[in-house]
Amino acid sequence: MTLTSESIREVILAGIHQIAPEAELESLNDDAEFRRELEIDSFDFLRLLVFVNESLKVEFPEADYGGLTSVAKLVKYVDKKLSVSKSAGDGDKTQVTS
Amino acid sequence: MPSLGADMQEATLVKWLVKPGDRIKRGQVIGEVDTAKGVIDLECFQEGIVENILVTEGQTVPVGDALLSLATDDQPLASCASESASSSINKQGVGHSIEQTSQKNETAVPGLVEKGTLKNTTRTAADQTSREKKSSESAQETEITEMSNGSVGAANATSRPKASPLARRRAEELGIDLATVTTARVDHTIGIEDVERAVPRRTTVTAGKDPDASRLALRTAIAAAMSKSKSEIPHYYLQTSINMQKALAWLEQENKKRSLNDRLLPALLLIKAVARALVEVPQLNGYWVDGQFRPSDKVHVGFAIAMKGGGLVAPAIHDVGVKSIDQLRSDLYDLVPRARVGRLRSSEMTDATITITNMGDLGVESVFGIIYPPQVALVGFGKVLDRPWVEAGELCVRPIVTASLSADHRATDGLIGARFLDSLGQLLQEPQSL
Amino acid sequence: MNAVLNIVAPSITYREAVAEAIREAMEADPRVFLLGEDVGHYGGCFGVSRGMLTQYGPERIRDAPLSETGFVGAGIGAALGGMRPIIEIMTVNFSLLALDQIVNTAATLSHMSGGQFHVPIVIRMATGGGKQIAAQHSHSWEGWFAHIPGLRILVPATLEDARGMLAPALADPDPVLIFENQTLYNLKGELPQNRTVDICSAKIRRSGSDVSLLTYGASLYKALEAAAIVAESGINAEVIDLRVLRPLDDRTIMESIRRTHRALIVDEGWRSGGISAEIAARITEQSFYDLDCPVERVCTAEIPLPYCKHLEDASLPQTATIVNSLRKMVGKDG
Repeated sequence: MTLTSESIREVILAGIHQIAPEAELESLNDDAEFRRELEIDSFDFLRLLVFVNESLKVEFPEADYGGLTSVAKLVKYVDKKLSVSKSAGDGDKTQVTS
Repeated sequence: MPSLGADMQEATLVKWLVKPGDRIKRGQVIGEVDTAKGVIDLECFQEGIVENILVTEGQTVPVGDALLSLATDDQPLASCASESASSSINKQGVGHSIEQTSQKNETAVPGLVEKGTLKNTTRTAADQTSREKKSSESAQETEITEMSNGSVGAANATSRPKASPLARRRAEELGIDLATVTTARVDHTIGIEDVERAVPRRTTVTAGKDPDASRLALRTAIAAAMSKSKSEIPHYYLQTSINMQKALAWLEQENKKRSLNDRLLPALLLIKAVARALVEVPQLNGYWVDGQFRPSDKVHVGFAIAMKGGGLVAPAIHDVGVKSIDQLRSDLYDLVPRARVGRLRSSEMTDATITITNMGDLGVESVFGIIYPPQVALVGFGKVLDRPWVEAGELCVRPIVTASLSADHRATDGLIGARFLDSLGQLLQEPQSL
Repeated sequence: MNAVLNIVAPSITYREAVAEAIREAMEADPRVFLLGEDVGHYGGCFGVSRGMLTQYGPERIRDAPLSETGFVGAGIGAALGGMRPIIEIMTVNFSLLALDQIVNTAATLSHMSGGQFHVPIVIRMATGGGKQIAAQHSHSWEGWFAHIPGLRILVPATLEDARGMLAPALADPDPVLIFENQTLYNLKGELPQNRTVDICSAKIRRSGSDVSLLTYGASLYKALEAAAIVAESGINAEVIDLRVLRPLDDRTIMESIRRTHRALIVDEGWRSGGISAEIAARITEQSFYDLDCPVERVCTAEIPLPYCKHLEDASLPQTATIVNSLRKMVGKDG
C-alpha cells in the first residue's frame, strides 16, 4: 500500500496535536520551524518521532534529528523513507521497522 | 488537604477513589485533587480503613482541612504519634499551644483525622517527623504524618514567617500556610488582613475548570513561591563550562543500539550527573527548615517542566542517586507528559530535594534560577553549543554546556557550590559510569 | 474636650463633685470624718473642703499636723475603732511618707488578723503632672499602689466617678485609695441623674473596632481627643476608662481586644514596672492569640518631671503622641 504525502502529513499533525494539544494546527505553516513555533522541547520531539514511528513504522536515526525542523521536511523525510523501503521490493511494513 | 508545595493554598477534590469501609494500603492513590498545577493523584501513606469522607467531590478546600477519617487498629501508631508530639514540643516553643488547639478541635488536624491517635499529634510534630521520616529507612510505622504535613509543613520548611498571633491563629483555623501569605505592613509582619485576603474562596462545586483561571492560579502560585524565595533566600550564583564531548559521544553510541523509544536524551545524563555530584557534595541536597539545613540522604530531583501556555512545575523524580539510567529514562518519559496534562502524584509535588532547570532546548546559554523553597539549591543548564576550547594547549571546537548553580547562602558557602560544579564536570567526563 | 460627658450646660466642676460626695457621706453617716493637712481652715490644698469646717465643725473636719505617718496612722486607728475616716493627703508625693502605714498596716491587718480586723479607711490624694509644680509634686504613684494586695485603687476621671466613687469606697470594709488627677479639678460638666457607680469595673467611653485605647485619669481626655482625630482618617479607636487599677477589670479589657485585636495603653506613670507594664503582661497572658500587633504604650518620659512647661509637656503623654501611636498600629500612617 502507498501512503500519500497528504496522509503522512495528517499522521504528523496528529502526533503534534498529541504532544501540543493546545496548538492551532490550522494556522501552522508547513515550512515553519514548528519546534520553535510550538515550543516543542526535546522530550516532545522524541514523543512525536515515537508516535510517527509507531503509526508508520519509520525509523529516525538520531543523526537525522537536526534536519527535521518543519512539517514539510518531516513529511518529505518520511515519504522518502517509505518509498525507499517500498522500492526495495517487499512492501511488507514489518521489515521496515527492524 | 496536604500542601503540595510551598505555594499551594487550596485545591479541589475532583474524585474519590476510595469509599467508607475501604482498606487503604500504604502509598495508595486515594483520590484526585485539582491544584494550580493540575490534577494531582493524592497518595496516602497511612494504612487503615476509611471511616468517613469529609469532603465531597467538587469541593474546594484550603490546605490543612481534613479530607477523610481513617480508623486504624495497630497500636504502634499511637505511641509513635505521641512521641513525635512531645519531641516537637521540646524543639519548638509553639508546640504546646498548637497542640491545645488541635486537641480542642479534631477537624483542625489537616489531612487525615486519625481516630484517637492523631489527636495527640501536633501539626508541627507531624511536619517535623514527616520530613525526617522521608529520609529514614524505618518509614513504615511513622508515615502516619505524611498526609498531615499540611499547611505547617511548608511553613516550617523555611524560616518561620513573621506573623501576628492573631494572624497565626486564624491561619491555623483556616489551614492557610503562612509561608504563602504576603503582607504590605511596613514591619513585614503578616497581619490578620493578610490572612483574610489569602482565604481561598470556598466554592461548593467547581464545574469544569476555566483554562484562563487555571493559568492565573498557576501564575499566582509561582508568584508567591518565587517572591518568597527571592525575599528570604540569600542566593549566590556560580557557573562553569563543561565539555560535553565525551558525554555526547557516549550517548550517540548508546542510542545507535537503542530503538527510538528507548533513546536517551542528554538531559538524562545531566540529571544523573547532578544526583551523583550531590552524593559527593550532600550539603546542597535537602531543606532549610527552622533556621537550619536538614540534609536528605536521598536525591529527589525536581525537574522543571514548562507548561504549554505558560508556567512551570518541577515534580520530583524519586531517588535518582540509585536509579539506573534506563530506570531514570522511563521515569522521566512517564513524568513529563503527566506533568503537561496535570496528572502528578502528591509525593512528586512535595519531595524534591533540589531542582534542575534545563533551558537547553531554547537558544539560552545559561540560566540562573530561583531556588524553590525549602530547597537550598537549583542547578541550571543552558544549550550545548559548539565552542572554541583549549585541550592540551591546542585550540579545538567542543560541545560545551554552561552549568550554573543557585544556592542558599544560609546553608552553604561558595566553596561548597564550587566543589559541586567541579564534581559535576568530572562526572560528565565519564558518562559510562553514570 | 470631654465629648464623653455630653455637656449641655456646664454646672459643676470635678472639685465640686468631690466635695458633694464628701458632704453626702458626712450627712449619711456620723462615723464619717475628714482628716488631712489644711482641710479645715484653708479649705483643702485644692479647695475641695472649702466651707466644710463651718458646716460640720472641727470634730469632723480636722486639720492634721505635717506628718503623713501620723495622721494616716490616726486614720487607720480610727477605722479600726469603728469610724469611717476620709484621709486627704495633699498630693501623692507625700503619701510616700505614709507608705508604711498604708502598705504595712492598712493593707495587711485584715489578712494578718484572719479577717477579724478590717480597716475601712478611704485615702484621697491628688496625683499627676501638668501643673508646673516640678518633680516632687507631679508624679503618678497610683500604679505603685496598685501593686499592693489589700488595697483598692480608684482613679476617677469623670465627674460622675468623682461624685459617685466615694460612697462605695466608704462602704468597702477594706482600705480604698482614691487618686484625683490635679488637672481635673477644674473640669466642668453636668452630673448625670444616676449617682450610683461601681468601684470594680472599667468602662468603655468610646466604642470602636480598630484598636483599644486603655487609659485612666486625666489621660482619658487626651485619649478621647486622639480617638476623635484618628476617626477622621477612618481609624475607629475604642477608649476604655480603667477607673479601677486594683483589682483590674481584665474582662472588659480582654473583651475589647477580642474585638479590636490591638491595644494601646496610655499611662501617666513611668513605663518601667508601671501599671501599663502590668496591663500589657495580662493582655499577653490572656489575649495573645487575639493580638494582631504588639501591645504599645504611651507613658511619661522616664525622668523626674521637669518644671518648665515645654519640657513637662514633652514628658507627659499627649494627644499627638497617642495619635501617632494609633496610626502606626493600625497602619494608616501613610
